[in-house]
Amino acid sequence: MSWFRSLALLPVASVLLGPFVGNRVAPLVLGMPFLLAWMSLTLVLTSVVMAIVYRLDPANAGPEHAVGE
Amino acid sequence: MNISIVLIFFTIALVLWLGLRAQRGKDMNLEQWTVGGRGFGTAIVFLLMAGEIYTTFVFLGGSGYAYGHGGPAYYMLGYGSLCFILSYWLLPPIWRYAQQRKLVSQPDFFAAKYDSPALGILVAVVGAVALIPYLVLQLRGLGIIVSVASYSVISSTQGTVIGALVITAYVMVSGIHGSAWTSVLKDILVMGVAIFLGLYLPFHYYGGIGHMFEAIEQAKPGFLALPAKGESAVWMVSTILLSTLGFYMWPHMFMASFSAKGERGLRKNAFVLPIYQLMLLFIFFVGFAAVLQVPGLKGADIDLALFKISMATFDPWVVGLIGAAGVLTAIVPGSMILMAAATLVANNIYGPLRARSSQIRIISVARLMAPAVMGVALWFTLQGGQTIVALLLMAYSLVTQLFPVLLASLLRVNPVTKVAAFASILVGEAAVAVLSLNKLSVATLFPFLPDALKDLNVGMVALTLNVLTLIVVSALTRAPRHAGPRLQQQQG
Repeated sequence: MSWFRSLALLPVASVLLGPFVGNRVAPLVLGMPFLLAWMSLTLVLTSVVMAIVYRLDPANAGPEHAVGE
Repeated sequence: MNISIVLIFFTIALVLWLGLRAQRGKDMNLEQWTVGGRGFGTAIVFLLMAGEIYTTFVFLGGSGYAYGHGGPAYYMLGYGSLCFILSYWLLPPIWRYAQQRKLVSQPDFFAAKYDSPALGILVAVVGAVALIPYLVLQLRGLGIIVSVASYSVISSTQGTVIGALVITAYVMVSGIHGSAWTSVLKDILVMGVAIFLGLYLPFHYYGGIGHMFEAIEQAKPGFLALPAKGESAVWMVSTILLSTLGFYMWPHMFMASFSAKGERGLRKNAFVLPIYQLMLLFIFFVGFAAVLQVPGLKGADIDLALFKISMATFDPWVVGLIGAAGVLTAIVPGSMILMAAATLVANNIYGPLRARSSQIRIISVARLMAPAVMGVALWFTLQGGQTIVALLLMAYSLVTQLFPVLLASLLRVNPVTKVAAFASILVGEAAVAVLSLNKLSVATLFPFLPDALKDLNVGMVALTLNVLTLIVVSALTRAPRHAGPRLQQQQG
């Protein structure tokens, strides 16, 4: 697996560990309970990481492969 | 007639007009009706897939689950992260394979990959059975929305029937094109309503989002975190995993991915959709705002939380706008579900059984199946019963059983035989049926397990049995001498 693809493991680990290590209400983060903020920020992390993966993936370089192998 | 009803019926009429108009200029053959002629750009594919995020499951179920369960509702954010990451690598090879062979449905894919029309029929039956509770969920939500937002002038049953007729009409005429057009209207209105309510209600009642959570924590300590037992961290992670594996196993999600013009658009969605999923936060805020303002909703009534607090806060015209957005969250996803179910029955059950059926005949049958499937869903809806989230979790368990067989088919050399694929799906679905009908949990099945594991989502049991069957039956039915040609055949 290319190094940039392994970046996708970061949000995966965050989702799977969050309920165990972040299961509390205080302190409020961004005005939200700690666990809710954790899961929300993980969604943001997912978007950022997948945007990086998309940009660096050679499969997305060159002309688009359209209908009509 | 109050302003709220006028707004709701105007929206329903607009959806019907858009849905019927969508077929203009299209030669509505099977490929156009089901996958839009594989000509949808990134934006429309995005909306069709994002449509899955904003269904009544979120609008009523998400706010209701936050209201009734608190912390465990956060699982909906968790599976958003995982399933969009999975989609980056899962959907492009599926799209490529389907595009090469002009496949139009999920069972087509399984039948082609395993060179087994019988497996296609089994997958079609599983898909149709799983789509019924999903359609029931949308209709149930629709009935609640129309009834409550019209201040009970229209009954829940009347609202459900009107919505069902509208969905059926434009699915029969326009197929996926109707869903694509109405998705645009739906997402604009729903996002606006979700953000407005999610910000206005906490500030109106508590002076801010942070103050709202502080007040809830003071009144109900621990409600905003996961409990130590029941819907614990173990339950949450196992539910997230099951929902992730099931997300793209829905027949209509397969069709949405088939409709893409190219595979790059599918990959782009992997980083755009997580931000879209973040809008769930605002829906949660509405449910949490209702916790201390409209206390006392129990059982299936927790799904009413969003409307109860809206009616206590706003004038009828605002409630009408919220109701209009809610109606769209039921009608648009409902149309995708109905179209997928009708296609499965016509193309993958009727078609193989009537070998000489032409494409024209199959699309005619598909159009006729739409009202038949809707009739079945309507009957179940009017029986009443479970909460919206409970309905969806059961349906998810059914489609998740297809994932191991799908994953194996995408490997360079598929180690799974067609007999094993058939057996594992049957075992998985039978396990889901037994577990659901008897309301069994991991704790009741395995009382000797450590407490932490007793909270595992019971769907994991069915999936484990499924995978074990896959491994054992593949080992027993593999024919080493002929493995080469068979494997090549499976790879197509």
